[in-house]
Parts: sequence; structure tokens; C-alpha cells
Amino acid sequence: MRRVVILGGGTGGTLAANRLRRRHPGRELEITVVDQDRAHVYQPGLLFVPFGLATPEEIVRPRDRQLLGGIAFLEQPVDRVDLGTDSVRLADGTELAYDVLVVATGARLLPGETEGLLGPGWMRDVFTFYDLAGAAALAARLATFEGGRLVVNVIDMPIKCPVAPLEFAMLADWFLEERGTRDRVEITYVTPLDAAFTKPVAARALAGLLDEKGIELVTEFNTGQVDGESGTLTSFDGREVPFDLAVVVPLHGGAEYVGRSPGLGDDLDFVPADPRTLQSTAKPNVFVIGDAASVPTSKAGSVTHFEGEVLVENVGRFLAGEPLDAEYDGHANCFIETGFHKALMIDFNYDTEPVGGHYPGPVGLPLLKESRLNHLGKLMFQWFYWHTLLPGRDLPGLGPDMPTAGKSLARNRGAGR
Amino acid sequence: MTTRTIAGRTVRVDDEGFFEDPGQWDEELAAELAREAGITELTDRHWQVIRYMRKEYAEKGTGPTVRALGKSSGVSVKELYELFPKGPAKLAAKIAGIPKPRGCV
Repeated sequence: MRRVVILGGGTGGTLAANRLRRRHPGRELEITVVDQDRAHVYQPGLLFVPFGLATPEEIVRPRDRQLLGGIAFLEQPVDRVDLGTDSVRLADGTELAYDVLVVATGARLLPGETEGLLGPGWMRDVFTFYDLAGAAALAARLATFEGGRLVVNVIDMPIKCPVAPLEFAMLADWFLEERGTRDRVEITYVTPLDAAFTKPVAARALAGLLDEKGIELVTEFNTGQVDGESGTLTSFDGREVPFDLAVVVPLHGGAEYVGRSPGLGDDLDFVPADPRTLQSTAKPNVFVIGDAASVPTSKAGSVTHFEGEVLVENVGRFLAGEPLDAEYDGHANCFIETGFHKALMIDFNYDTEPVGGHYPGPVGLPLLKESRLNHLGKLMFQWFYWHTLLPGRDLPGLGPDMPTAGKSLARNRGAGR
Repeated sequence: MTTRTIAGRTVRVDDEGFFEDPGQWDEELAAELAREAGITELTDRHWQVIRYMRKEYAEKGTGPTVRALGKSSGVSVKELYELFPKGPAKLAAKIAGIPKPRGCV
């Protein structure tokens, strides 16, 4: 019997466990999923909570209930991974030996690493919507926000879902318009990047949308300090942005146990892996999926989803002693809510930046263009997440590789980073 | 890709002036690149960052981000901004003669 231990019962850990179980239904493979708690949050839903479009209860389900039969679930924090003895030690002292380890513990918010962020004003005038408590508290604050300067600030990359803060700014524009208070609010988007987004063609389209909506864009702003008392963001190079209400995306890092596990992670506790095979660089029997991985693509649910198929194929090959030839191409795909019941979609991979056209073929959802269809797609996605993506079912016609049939690639091929 | 001449030497650089080949770099060029960026003198603290950048590039194939520098180079993020104003990771990479850091997507 071979043992696969999966650390993390979120998007990546759950779909990897379920895909592995379907692929290897017999008793020759024992699959154990470990997580420190039981609450599986549908993270794309966090964006809607501040605007009263979703409630915390609607976007949380029990982790163990998302796992197929024949998968063990342990609710325990991880103390450390010992690469030398191929075992995981849990906080209660349990030792789990593994033949293959899958790291799927995602990213952790580190608001304490930014000076002043957790100081006076935190959860009063300074919020994040990147966790449930913050999103719910922000909903209450926005419901009574009468006017002033609303600042949306990304402290530094990498962050989960790099489009989410842009979506937040655009949904705030819509929300305030609906409430009749938009003319009393200045919205400013403050980013450490040199543009609205990381990829040039999409960044231009998104900057155009911000401009149309009257959202000011401040670039190359590396927040060094947040002062909730005076309502000021200060950059490391001494620039200031005043606010009445700040919505901040804190620094991200990997799970804490990664830092306690010699040789496993990088400076930020993410786990470096081969970007094509998802095998860790730490040791051949360790694989990485989702936000926990240090690979050159976005930290996003769609990335995790597309990685799943490759990861499970390669874990199977590794156990069988075969060469890893399944390859992930860096495919990412995001709906971007733009407010007023519209959304746009971007689709890209390691080599091709997001461009216009349609997805997944010439007749499909419009890319890089606002439409009602994309908004409906985003709303429907929650059902798809719980019922198709997590259980690890394949969708006909939608494999992990980025489709090119409907895209305007002529002038942009190879332009991505 | 293009070439340019610094201190009488021809080196390959990208559109933004980052070195294509770190092997073409030496300390004399670093001093000249620093002057171009408005840093009149490279102190020991500057050199600590520059050497760290080159070591990281040699090991990992990309220069570190400013956060990673702040955690591991022995120089805090605040001081990095004092030493290499505006964008420390980019400016230090340029002076250290390594390609532009890939950053995060």
C-alpha cells in the first residue's frame, strides 16, 4: 500500500484528493487530507460579501463533506514536514509517514508585517475583504458610509486573485451609485505595480475601465505604513495617500509550518516547484498545488483547478516509477466583475498574455470585454465549484491547456512574461 | 535586445537598460550605472545588496523582490528605499548587472 498525504483541504487539496481517489479507486492507495480547521470558504464569494451580495454562511461548507468516500480527513495544525524521513508531524504529536506529499496549504494573510496596519483604525476605517471576518465587518461599514475618500490598496505582490482588488473598486463604484452617494465619494486604486494589472494588454483595458468609472489610479506605491488614526497611507519613498475608508490587501506568505520545515520553502514560505510538472524542487516525492506553490503564474482558483489534472497524473506516474511527462502550461482564467451586472474575462498562460477574442472557442464568452454573459458566468461558477470542480469531475471540452481557437493572438503571441 | 557602451565597454541590455548577460558586469560598471541613477557613491550597504542580488540571480535565475530582499539581504525594506530610491528591487538589479526581476503575476 502507498500513502499520499495532502496538506490543506481547500480548493487544491480537495480536488487533488478527489481526483486521486477516482483515478486509484483500489486499496493500494491510502489518501489522507490534513487541515487545521473544517471551514472550506468559497473564496471568490468574499468579493461579494462587503456589498451585501453574499453572506458569510452562503460561502462556507464543511471541508470533510467535500471529500469522496475513502479519503481520511484529519483536523490538526501541521507542526512540520521532515523531508529526510518522509513524514509530517502534526501539532498533537501524530506522525504521518508518506510516499508522496502534496502541499496545498495556500497563502496566509500577514497584516502584521505592515507597520500600523493592525493599529488604531483596523476594522473601523481600515479593512480587508480577503477573509470572512474582514469581509463581513466591511459590509457593515459600507452600509453606513456616507462619503469621503475610499482607497483600495494592494500592499505588495504576490496576492491571491490579483484582479479581486480591481473588482472591489469597480463594484464599490456600482454600489455607491445604486445608493445615490457616488458623487460624495472619491475612489482611488493604489498599487505597487507600474500599471493597473501585471499583464500589459489587460492592464490597458482595465485602466480604461477605471478611468470611465472615475476611479483614480496611483501606481508604483509601495505602502510602508498605514495610519488609521490620521487616515494616511505612506509609501516607503515618502508619498502619502489620505483616506477615510481604506480597503487593504495585506502581504501574503505561505503556511507557517513551511517556514519550520527545513528545505521546503522560500523566503516567503511558498514552496518552489517545477512550473510544468508541479514537482517540488525540495524533493522528488513532494508535489505542490495552488497558492502554496512558488511558480510564475497567478495565485487563483482557476490556476489550481487546471493544475489539478497535471498534478494527479504526475503523482500517479511518480508512484509507478515512470517519468513525469504531464505538463501544466500556466493556464489561468478569471472573470472580472466590473459592476452594473457586467463582467469581463481574461485567459492566459505562462507564454501568452491575456488578449481579446472569445473563450473557449470562436463562439463563447467575450474576452477582455464587458458583458452580461460573463457576469452570469461568474454567478453560476459557485455551483460549478462545489459540484464539479471540487469533486474532480472533468468538463467536456475544457481541459487544462489554454485554448487559442477564439483568440486575437496575431500581434500578441509571445508577448506575455 | 540592444547594446550600449558604459565606461568604454559594450554590453548587451534590454529595452529598459537591464543587463542580458550578468557575466559582462564588473564593479567598475556598477559604479558608473549607479552614477547614472543618481547614486554618487556606492557604500558598503549598497554593495551588500548588490552582491546579494547577484548571488540570488545565480542560484534562482531571477532577482529577488523587495520583500524578499528585506527578509534576507540583511538590509530592511525602509533602508533599501533609502539606498536605492523609488524601486529598490529594479534599481539594484540594474546596478548589479542582472536581468529585470520577473516579479509576480
